[in-house]
Amino acid sequence: MHKLLIDQPGAKKLLLGNEAIARGAIEAGLAFASTYPGTPSSEISLNFFQVSRESDLYFEYSTNEKVALEVAAAAANAGVRSMCVMKHVGVNVAADALMTLAYVGVRGGLVILTADDPYMFSSQNEQDNRYYGKLSGLPILEPSSAEEAMEMMGYAFELSEQLAEPVIFRTTTRLNHSTAPVVFGKITKPVTSGDFTKDPFNYVTVPAVSRKLHIKLLKNIEKAEALADASAYNFIEGSGNFGVICNGVSYNYVADAVGDLELDGKVKILRIGFSHPMPGSLIKSFVKDCEKVLVVEEGEPYMEEAVKAFAQEAGYTGSIKGKAPELFSRLFEFDPAMVRANIAKYFNIPYDPETPVDLSDIPELPQRPPNLCAGCSHRATFYAVNRATEGMETIHPTDIGCYTLGFLPPLSAGDFLICMGSSVSTGCGFAQTTDKKVISYIGDSTFFHSGIPGLINAVFNNHDMTLIILDNSTTAMTGHQPNPGVDMEALNFDGFGRVSVESVVRGIGVPHVSVIRPYNVKKSIAAVKEAISHKGVSVIIAQQACTLLERSMKKLVGKPFYVSDKCKNHRNCINDLGCPAFYVENEKVRINAGLCSGCGVCAQICPERAILPLK
Amino acid sequence: MDTTRLIIVAVGGQGNLLSSRVLGEAACRLDIPVRMSEIHGMAQRGGVVESAMVFGDAQSTIISDGEADLFLAFEPLEALRALNRCNSKTIVITNTSSLPPFTAAIGKGTYPDIEAIKQLIKEKVGRLITLDANALAREAGNELSVNIVLLGALIKADVLPITADSVKDAIRETTKAAFVETNLKAFDLGFAAV
Repeated sequence: MHKLLIDQPGAKKLLLGNEAIARGAIEAGLAFASTYPGTPSSEISLNFFQVSRESDLYFEYSTNEKVALEVAAAAANAGVRSMCVMKHVGVNVAADALMTLAYVGVRGGLVILTADDPYMFSSQNEQDNRYYGKLSGLPILEPSSAEEAMEMMGYAFELSEQLAEPVIFRTTTRLNHSTAPVVFGKITKPVTSGDFTKDPFNYVTVPAVSRKLHIKLLKNIEKAEALADASAYNFIEGSGNFGVICNGVSYNYVADAVGDLELDGKVKILRIGFSHPMPGSLIKSFVKDCEKVLVVEEGEPYMEEAVKAFAQEAGYTGSIKGKAPELFSRLFEFDPAMVRANIAKYFNIPYDPETPVDLSDIPELPQRPPNLCAGCSHRATFYAVNRATEGMETIHPTDIGCYTLGFLPPLSAGDFLICMGSSVSTGCGFAQTTDKKVISYIGDSTFFHSGIPGLINAVFNNHDMTLIILDNSTTAMTGHQPNPGVDMEALNFDGFGRVSVESVVRGIGVPHVSVIRPYNVKKSIAAVKEAISHKGVSVIIAQQACTLLERSMKKLVGKPFYVSDKCKNHRNCINDLGCPAFYVENEKVRINAGLCSGCGVCAQICPERAILPLK
Repeated sequence: MDTTRLIIVAVGGQGNLLSSRVLGEAACRLDIPVRMSEIHGMAQRGGVVESAMVFGDAQSTIISDGEADLFLAFEPLEALRALNRCNSKTIVITNTSSLPPFTAAIGKGTYPDIEAIKQLIKEKVGRLITLDANALAREAGNELSVNIVLLGALIKADVLPITADSVKDAIRETTKAAFVETNLKAFDLGFAAV
């Protein structure tokens, strides 16, 4: 049995934050879940996927976050408890649905989980999604720990049903990827099917209906503010003349700092866990007795702005600070020492910080950046393109996935990236406005997610560009989730359809389409040369299963290679491919047989044919 | 109870997430409060993986620079790189078996001499414990047990409020059945090496 399905109330388990969130939803009777995978949220969905194979939970990997939210919105409006999981930038994709779903509302509880990523451990920006609460008018809940997240999930569904609208559940990487002991509660049996009663004058958002629904939404915001004021998730701790207002993981750092600096009786804390609408009355009464107030929040001054506005209304004249050059930054994530030091500084408390060891005499160390895996077929495709375009001026818009790592030398296969799907559409713009050859890269999952509209645009507007679809039959970067192109039957999952990348591309009417096997270097180079000589849109589909996935499924068939005595040390292999299976020993190139996947690409480019398979 | 802060650094694929999991389970068995945090995602792409474990009554799950009481490195270069997590009292345990990064292989930077790394660390921290965990793991029967060898050394250093028996129980419960015997031997070898 899946560990999140163990129905033993009171059992203590060590869970990852994302597992605790999934368990909380399961305990709340979650019946329907959808997602597009994205770090740091991915393990929530992975657990739902696993749980759905052995329980009544319906779960799907949807094609993108907008689709995922729309699917879940309908399920919730059929009356079943639903959840939609995504990373913070996924909410941008889903925002069109979100904004008007807020007007329409839901019948069964709907929780939209956004996993924000301060410091951008694995993201392209560090936007603060609390502003989506303000923008949409929907309530936001923010836990501070794994155990609180589990429990708060149950409340999120209740709140959603109480207000008849979705609730945004906001986490950050440090909560998603923290582990702590949690105590299991009781699992509520999910109600898996519902019904939909026609009511077009409340569900079909033509202007006349929406005008009415917006009035309803504003009334709901008032109700939600009253709930936030009374919420047990907005609590006051300790006592004193100094006030600290904090949220999320910052609360942990504040609570530890109060202990470390021995501030009992001097500092009181207001922890905000129900953060949209902000609890106005509670904040006014909290600041009233404070000599000065510090707001501790990662990201934007979301709470600070609200606290200052409420304080002004209440006639409070003390100092309120948070984001300031001498205090907290809007950049990156916080840590316990930073919060301790700023509390000490702002409230004039003596503090002697720990001194990290002096590193000034440490020599410059070789970097260890993440790299495409040994034998990754993306490397072979990038190599083929680099060879086929030698002497040409090129622009390579790239996209989001493992292959983004190809932007580093020696492959240098990435020049521009803003978001999922952007490689295709930005390729259109570059092709129109520059004389350089535009060759864009996108993965299979990202192509399905949001690359298709860009390709339709390229065909309709007849842009002169080549799109290379790196089809490794999985969503590799986030942990090998399936996508619509994956053969699920081959993975022993029944009940799925399959969409062929090639059929989609041909269906769009792309005038020049070719399919390559990137491990065949010569043929791949020839195919790229032909595609880029075509005036107009051309697409190359580079098909090769992800080597990391093949390895983990014990499906690798190639024998490892070695460098024989014929080697004359040209080093084309190491210098042009940058495969991590290579190393240099006594000035000779060697191959780590444990890492080598046997793709044979290096053997094909060696001028001496010195790289041979091990017998 | 007092707070003890442990940082573990490793290269992706060395198994540090499993070792922190085992340690966390061992703490749970002893009812010792524990919280941990890890950065994964790029772990399988050859980058650096770091875990923070906080034992005791703290609520934070991460550890600031200079605030590690214990620092366990699975690879000597990564020990040196992350040394700013330590202060002059920190107890450092490092594997001496190196895993040169690809950048060094292609001539972008030079891997420092192991003895020089040891010397640099030793003069800056409270105590340095070194062991060739790869050799001990091979002796135990599986080079992939490096993570468990290092757990043995960590427990022997006697800073954490965690017993060898509780770790062994957690190994039995958490690691794959086929590897339990090898892992227990690896733990003992690491424990005896300090």
